[in-house]
Amino acid sequence: MEKILVLLHTTDEGALPKAALETIAAAAVIGAYDLGVIGANAAAAAQSVSAGAAAVFAVEGEQFAQSRYATDAAAAEAIAKASGAAVIFATGTMRFNRALPGVACRLNGACETHIVAIEPDLKVHRWYYRQRMEATLSRAARPWILLLEPGAFESAPAAPGAAATPIAVTVETRTTVTGYHAPNADQQTIRPDAQLLLVAGAGWTKKQKDGATHTPEAAGLILNFVQKTQSSLGSSKSLVDLSGEGQSVLPFLSHLHQVGQTGSSPRHRKGLATCCHGEEPHVVGWRFINDRRAINLDAACGWSRGKADVLYVADSFEVMRELEKLL
Amino acid sequence: MAYQIIVCGGLAPDPLQTLEPVTTPTGPGLKNELMLPNVFDPWAGHALYEAANLAKNQPGSTIKVVSLGPKAKLQQVMMTVAQKLPFELIALDGPGGGFTDAVSVSKALADAIAAIPGFDKSQALIFGGWESATRGAGVVMQMVGERLGITEQFLAVDELTVDPDGALVIKERVEGGKHQISKCAAAPAVLAWATGSLPEPPNHPQTGMANMRVMMPALQKAKPTALDPAAIAYAQVALPAVTRQTRIVKDVPAADIAAEIAAWIKQ
Ligand SMILES: Cc1cc2nc3c(=O)[nH]c(=O)nc-3n(C[C@H](O)[C@H](O)[C@H](O)COP(=O)(O)OP(=O)(O)OC[C@H]3O[C@@H](n4cnc5c(N)ncnc54)[C@H](O)[C@@H]3O)c2cc1C
Repeated sequence: MEKILVLLHTTDEGALPKAALETIAAAAVIGAYDLGVIGANAAAAAQSVSAGAAAVFAVEGEQFAQSRYATDAAAAEAIAKASGAAVIFATGTMRFNRALPGVACRLNGACETHIVAIEPDLKVHRWYYRQRMEATLSRAARPWILLLEPGAFESAPAAPGAAATPIAVTVETRTTVTGYHAPNADQQTIRPDAQLLLVAGAGWTKKQKDGATHTPEAAGLILNFVQKTQSSLGSSKSLVDLSGEGQSVLPFLSHLHQVGQTGSSPRHRKGLATCCHGEEPHVVGWRFINDRRAINLDAACGWSRGKADVLYVADSFEVMRELEKLL
Repeated sequence: MAYQIIVCGGLAPDPLQTLEPVTTPTGPGLKNELMLPNVFDPWAGHALYEAANLAKNQPGSTIKVVSLGPKAKLQQVMMTVAQKLPFELIALDGPGGGFTDAVSVSKALADAIAAIPGFDKSQALIFGGWESATRGAGVVMQMVGERLGITEQFLAVDELTVDPDGALVIKERVEGGKHQISKCAAAPAVLAWATGSLPEPPNHPQTGMANMRVMMPALQKAKPTALDPAAIAYAQVALPAVTRQTRIVKDVPAADIAAEIAAWIKQ
């Protein structure tokens, strides 16, 4: 069996992200592994989950506390070299998606991202053409870095073990991380961990039965639903693009909400589409949403053709008003 | 500050097309791949619009687009892109599509960039999309950067501004609908763009004419580029097996639908 390294990072607060335990579990099924952790509080975080690991490494210190290419790449390179593993399982967070492909290049290896399944003989599964087709593939190049899609693997319970061997890394960078920009708490509507995704489509801003638009009411119904159910909010491209065209739009939506071909493919157990036509470039973003329902006035909309499990042919305004009373 | 902005961008099938995988003698491909209408890869497109805007605000800056794909397809797509904003094309004639090996693609692109006459790394901003619409891997830009020795890199960029002191202020998408803000003291840097904030520029006939004068010769001398066809062993490529039987609920009062949805949410 080839030598495996599980590579993780901590959050700014020094904790392991949820997906870290998924990465460990995915590697443990394949064989024996080393463990490496990068970031704030890395050594303690590594020890908190190191029960199954052969060797344990950590890179920590102020420079490595934040997510930044130059420092993350140097730390990952150092751990990969210390372990000497042929295959590296890593968590597919934005931080590692940024840093690890370059590390693969530095080590003369290769890298696969957005992996959704791994077979015992190390054939990996990932999607191509924006989630339209799934491929099963392997590579001969080593080291081979595999970035596992968060949420795609079962997680293992955290089991503490041996202490980590600290690795000292020096690196120069011209980049300083100065902070984050997040919407106000009451406008924070993207929740990757939510059970339910609510998608709002352009229909919310279109003329309704009475010949008028009702965008402020739409905004209220959508926000209220999202806050009450603690669901995550997504949008069609048409709706987020409207803001660029000066139409009356929903102020809390941005491109970050866009689901689909040129948006995201979020992972939630359930999804409810409202006032969205369900066209293919949108629905490819629903690949990782199992249980799908849609509300649309048009019985012949895209959702009716095998894209949703249930289509309610109804007025989203009326249904959401009723839902407001029930939730 | 004058930048040498290099935009790496490939081609992708028009997203409204139906795609079906097929097996070819050289590995997986798409049914009727050569006939499918192509577009400039959307996220690379955003990178290009942002590049044009930056070049306008930073006098003396130049834009070069490095694109790898089958020559005939490059010609079709670049004719359209050339109508929008001024740039110079460096065309690489080679295989396109999502099943090609990202490692070899990054090598071809980095070699082409390093070979640009007058390329000055200290002024370079290497742009591209954060993922392609074909492979969807988001790895090529980092590898291009590494090969060029550029280790200030940013992924899923939505905004770049240049401070009066010349520092690059960059907003990258991170989890949970947030942006991380970083300050990079100076070029060179790699920026792999998400959506940015600029719409597709309208066609501008004079720009189109000027672009075409230099673009046609560039396409003529597109360098034949081979990728490693054996780098990846594909065991299978398939369309998703699951097709849903949609239950259509019609002529039911909104209150009843709401009750059903509320129960479903709580499940
Ligand atoms: C290159 C490219 C990339 C693309 N990428 C994406 C992408 O990433 N994401 C994406 O979403 N799209 C994408 N698209 C666009 C996509 O093809 C569709 O145009 C878009 O998804 C349509 O958005 P919509 O369904 O919200 O709007 P519309 O098509 O305008 O549909 C509005 C719907 O609302 C319904 N409606 C109106 N009022 C009500 C009401 N009161 N109650 C219930 N229903 C109502 C109507 O029946 C209609 O079905 C892309 C297209 C291209 C060409």
